[in-house]
Amino acid sequence: MTEYERKLKAEQRERFDFAVIANWIPPGERVLDLGCGDGRLLRYLGETRDVAGYGVEIDRESVLGCIRNGVDVIQMDIECGLSGFEDQSFDHVIISQALQTMRATERILTEMLRVAAEAVVSFPNFAYSANRQAIAEGHMPVSEDLPYDWFDTPNVRFFTIVDFERLCHRLGIEIRERLALDESGRTVSDDPNLNGSLAFYRLGRAS
Amino acid sequence: MPSESSVGVVAPQRVHFSLPLALKSGARLPCFDLVYETYGTLNAERSNAVLVCHALSGSHHVAGVYADDAENVGWWDNLVGPGKPLDTRKFFVVGVNNLGGCYGSTGPLSANPETGKRYGADFPLVTVEDWVVAQARLADYLAIETWAAVIGGSLGGMQALAWSLQFPHRVRHAMVIASAPKLSAQNIAFNEVARQAIISDPDFHGGNYADHGVVPSRGLRLARMVGHITYLSDSQMAEKFGRQLRHGEHKFSYDVDFEIESYLRYQGNKFAGYFDANTYLMTTKALDYFDPAFACEGNLAAALAPAKASFFVASFSTDWRFAPARSREIVFALLHNRLHVVYAEIECDAGHDSFLLDDAHYHALVRAYLENIAV
Repeated sequence: MTEYERKLKAEQRERFDFAVIANWIPPGERVLDLGCGDGRLLRYLGETRDVAGYGVEIDRESVLGCIRNGVDVIQMDIECGLSGFEDQSFDHVIISQALQTMRATERILTEMLRVAAEAVVSFPNFAYSANRQAIAEGHMPVSEDLPYDWFDTPNVRFFTIVDFERLCHRLGIEIRERLALDESGRTVSDDPNLNGSLAFYRLGRAS
Repeated sequence: MPSESSVGVVAPQRVHFSLPLALKSGARLPCFDLVYETYGTLNAERSNAVLVCHALSGSHHVAGVYADDAENVGWWDNLVGPGKPLDTRKFFVVGVNNLGGCYGSTGPLSANPETGKRYGADFPLVTVEDWVVAQARLADYLAIETWAAVIGGSLGGMQALAWSLQFPHRVRHAMVIASAPKLSAQNIAFNEVARQAIISDPDFHGGNYADHGVVPSRGLRLARMVGHITYLSDSQMAEKFGRQLRHGEHKFSYDVDFEIESYLRYQGNKFAGYFDANTYLMTTKALDYFDPAFACEGNLAAALAPAKASFFVASFSTDWRFAPARSREIVFALLHNRLHVVYAEIECDAGHDSFLLDDAHYHALVRAYLENIAV
């Protein structure tokens, strides 16, 4: 694959991931995106779903990217929680492939459902078959959804679909919908913890 | 990178407003002058005007130099000019000396038209809100119905915020940098020390020093020295001066031993040579009184409800005068009101004064935001 093809494929894949999330966001909603990067998801949601979106980001170059993309962004460290954001002030809060880069997993999940009625979470499934295979061969996995070498990965939490669901249960978080995709972006129905490379969740407070 | 250059030689202009101005204190000015400068060209739609509001010791001289004084570079020249973050090829930029100032606008040094005598101590206390009303008169005079942006740092940021509340439909973007929604007790305490330094100077004469042909320069010098401590960060002061000795040894006297003492004395002396004491007193009170939430029982979110503008809010990591947390108060109150806001917390070593420096990332943020403003 050439560099161009790789880039094109990554962009297509990203568009696909965005579409999965957008599908869960009704038009016109108020949305908070945690670890929003340069704001491209919010921009997409603004263009396709007409959402009023705000991003939260700690990385200064990403904040600059948000400003260039015309996306509202607040530079702060989510690891310290979401103090300042009012209870239930958003319809949806999103954390797209960023939860695994943060240490305060429990606090962040709890805070997300404090500030929004529903949360959308996506993360790479560490137990995906190709990842298991890499480990079995004695290496840390590098794949479509875990694209970093172990020595320069931004990820600090490595977990699986089964692990995540167990934590949600413990935190009283209700799983309203789950979608698992394989590396080519196809929906996985059979044994998602083995066959899913990327997992998407729609979460709420268990009433 | 676009090429950056200076706006070049500029000249201040003066406008007289003959209608009285009712001030927040209840006092009234029968008429007033404002001195201002402009850079760039107002477009046919009159949609590209940006107002730059100055802080405590600033003026209308924001950018460029004077024909007869090439050393006198505008206080925000690193930000404003052709190709600079606030690009005068795109925007028509207006700088104005605030009411009560000492750079030409009507202030304590001006003659009271009703008595023919210098205002001196009788010049009424003006507030941030009064400045904004006076600036709006200037906007009317320039036939600028709506500012593309109002921008300011520190006290200037408070004016940008006040604009968005007093004239919500006349500000499309408010850029509030290194600012705060109100002063803390500590901020007021520093201001009070500065004021007492001036007032207790024997040359102050109850504010009518000019009638005695003197200036309370010792008081002004002290006021500036105290102020300067709050503008710098501890780390920057340590890096710049540390415990460096002027003479390489301890002198066991009250003359300058440490370089930091020399620096503060230099800054104080310089300031006392050109700034008016009454303007200084009045401006520190304007800072102290600024508190849009005061009328809303301290609820800032409620106070910001009238705002319509999109906001750019920025703070600096080592600014302890108006720390990042103070800017976050503004940000979350804006968020409550569902307004557009970007907030950047800039790593910078230089404390409160960072907003005046040309830190590359800071300027990139300002540039990016202004580039997206349609005119």
